[in-house]
Amino acid sequence: MAERILDVKNLKIDFHTYAGEVKAIRDVSFHLDKGETLAIVGESGSGKSVTTKSLMGLLANNAEVTGGSIMFHDQDILKKSEKEMQNIRGKDIAMIFQDPMTSLDPTMRIGQQIAEPLIKHKHVDKKKAWAQALELMKLVGITDAEERIKNYPHQFSGGQRQRIVIAIALVCYPEILIADEPTTALDVTIQAQILELMKELQEKIETSIIFITHDLGVVAGMADRVAVMYAGQIVEYGTVDEIFFNPQHPYTWGLLNSMPTLSSTKLEAIPGTPPDLLDPPKGDPFVARNPYAMKIDAEQRPPFFKVSETHYAATWLLHPDAPKVTPPDEIIRRRQTFKDIMAHRAI
Amino acid sequence: MRKYLLKRVFYMILTLFLVATITFFLMKLMPGTPYSNQQKMTAQQIQIMNEQYGLNKPMWVQYLIYLGGMLHGDLGVSFQFSNQPVSYLIASRIGASAQLGIQAMIFGVVLGIIIGSVAAVNRNTWVDTLCTVLSIIGKSVPNFVLAVLLQFYIALKLGWFPIADWGGFSYTVLPTIALGVGPLAETARFIRTGMVDVLNSDYIELAKAKGLTRYGIVWHHALRNSLIPLVTLIGPYTVTLMTGSMVIENIFSIPGIGEQFVKSILTNDYPTIMGVTMLFSAGLVAVILITDVIYGIIDPRIRLSGSGD
Repeated sequence: MAERILDVKNLKIDFHTYAGEVKAIRDVSFHLDKGETLAIVGESGSGKSVTTKSLMGLLANNAEVTGGSIMFHDQDILKKSEKEMQNIRGKDIAMIFQDPMTSLDPTMRIGQQIAEPLIKHKHVDKKKAWAQALELMKLVGITDAEERIKNYPHQFSGGQRQRIVIAIALVCYPEILIADEPTTALDVTIQAQILELMKELQEKIETSIIFITHDLGVVAGMADRVAVMYAGQIVEYGTVDEIFFNPQHPYTWGLLNSMPTLSSTKLEAIPGTPPDLLDPPKGDPFVARNPYAMKIDAEQRPPFFKVSETHYAATWLLHPDAPKVTPPDEIIRRRQTFKDIMAHRAI
Repeated sequence: MRKYLLKRVFYMILTLFLVATITFFLMKLMPGTPYSNQQKMTAQQIQIMNEQYGLNKPMWVQYLIYLGGMLHGDLGVSFQFSNQPVSYLIASRIGASAQLGIQAMIFGVVLGIIIGSVAAVNRNTWVDTLCTVLSIIGKSVPNFVLAVLLQFYIALKLGWFPIADWGGFSYTVLPTIALGVGPLAETARFIRTGMVDVLNSDYIELAKAKGLTRYGIVWHHALRNSLIPLVTLIGPYTVTLMTGSMVIENIFSIPGIGEQFVKSILTNDYPTIMGVTMLFSAGLVAVILITDVIYGIIDPRIRLSGSGD
């Protein structure tokens, strides 16, 4: 079994706002093993980004962690001081941001921007740091790196800038790389290149990746495991095959149903909007939008039901007493594929 | 780059020419004559004086003569100040004004940047409120009020610095503070606003994610980016201060150019008015050019490209 490097248990985060307490993260648990890629999928406001910011100790001032633990190896990140976090950030846990057009300092040479974490964490001198920055630029595929190292961000295209942001994140060879929607702001052809690059670098640098996205299409090619988040909770998690081809939670069904495939003729949307987290529903948060909802969904939060060793889903539909429901056609088709995959593997 | 500079210099000269023309004719529209005791003078005396100073010629001839002189660096002779050449008058008095102006600017801008940064980093705390209140007071209290207060409390009561007059560095301290508080308050306000914006930007988030300290983030990333809007403000301010603040120079009895400028206007001393105005305009035009160059140094996005050569 792979080494477990990150273990998040029962994380709860509130935001203090003028309107009241927003319960943004409500009891989230997940883990990350060495070398694997975990995708956290969910729509806007589901708490993906807040979760990852708490891993970095970069929560906004009005956020408060009200419970849980984040174990990085054998230390709880939530118990660290700001000073101690500064020594972890950028060195052990690094991050790639969503918009490469705004995440680089417009007035600093990119060589210096890449070298900065090295100077801070590895205490190397500027010359050595720039030499390593140059290596990284070549590694992330910037052509003419020797010349371009002295350039400023505005002299690069969006895709190149995201490569530079990746270089900054990887320059200290972090154990965990958090990628917060790293391709959302890029056009599709560049997206594919960046994803390819990340996979390639993951092998070279042996880092684990937490990949935040709302785009399931991106997940399929990137992730080993997937956690689906909804309204501040994880509703289902499993291997990428299990989530894509044997989904159990109606929300995951809805997500997959709204994703274009080669065979789909019409895209289904999930009706309604996510619940207000100022006053979160006490049962299953998806109840109001769930066509398969039962009475108990509104009253009691479903526990995680085990589907396989690696696959769990929080829906009452998996309770032994629940009535059998017929999922959407698309999901049935996917389950058939899943059976084929499993059968194929058994041989 | 050279082409760009040549073009800019051409426009500077054009601007100065227009300023000279407009000022000349506006000045001639002012009521009165340069003679302080005109009532006692006979018509003949006035005519002789007019002839001596060339004031009997048609206005456009006077204008051409003046322009011609200016091209040769001759700003004429002052009517009032012991018939000295205006260029000599300016040269002997600009030193005090310039020193005071530069000192006040450095004092105000440096302190303003520090106060503004501290306010921005601690935004929405009591520190921020304190800095904001102080900068509002600094901006609202006229500098002559502050000057008098400084004279009374610091110079007279405490005796730390001379009350007035012009000697060594200690004589410059109080007028520097009095002059510098305005730019200080303005700079603090500017930097505070700019830096709050910058501190909310994505690249500051990335800098935090690199593990940099708060101090390191402000120093290496936030400050430079917040300075950009300030450059526009500093240039013209510096010229205003360097060419003399008449009130402050009067209060502290400083032999600067501001004091002289007021006197020359009150006495219709045409060559001095023109000379000081041209100096002020030349300074302003030059500073605008320098500002543009400094912009390029601070912000690489607007750096002048070398390919224009």
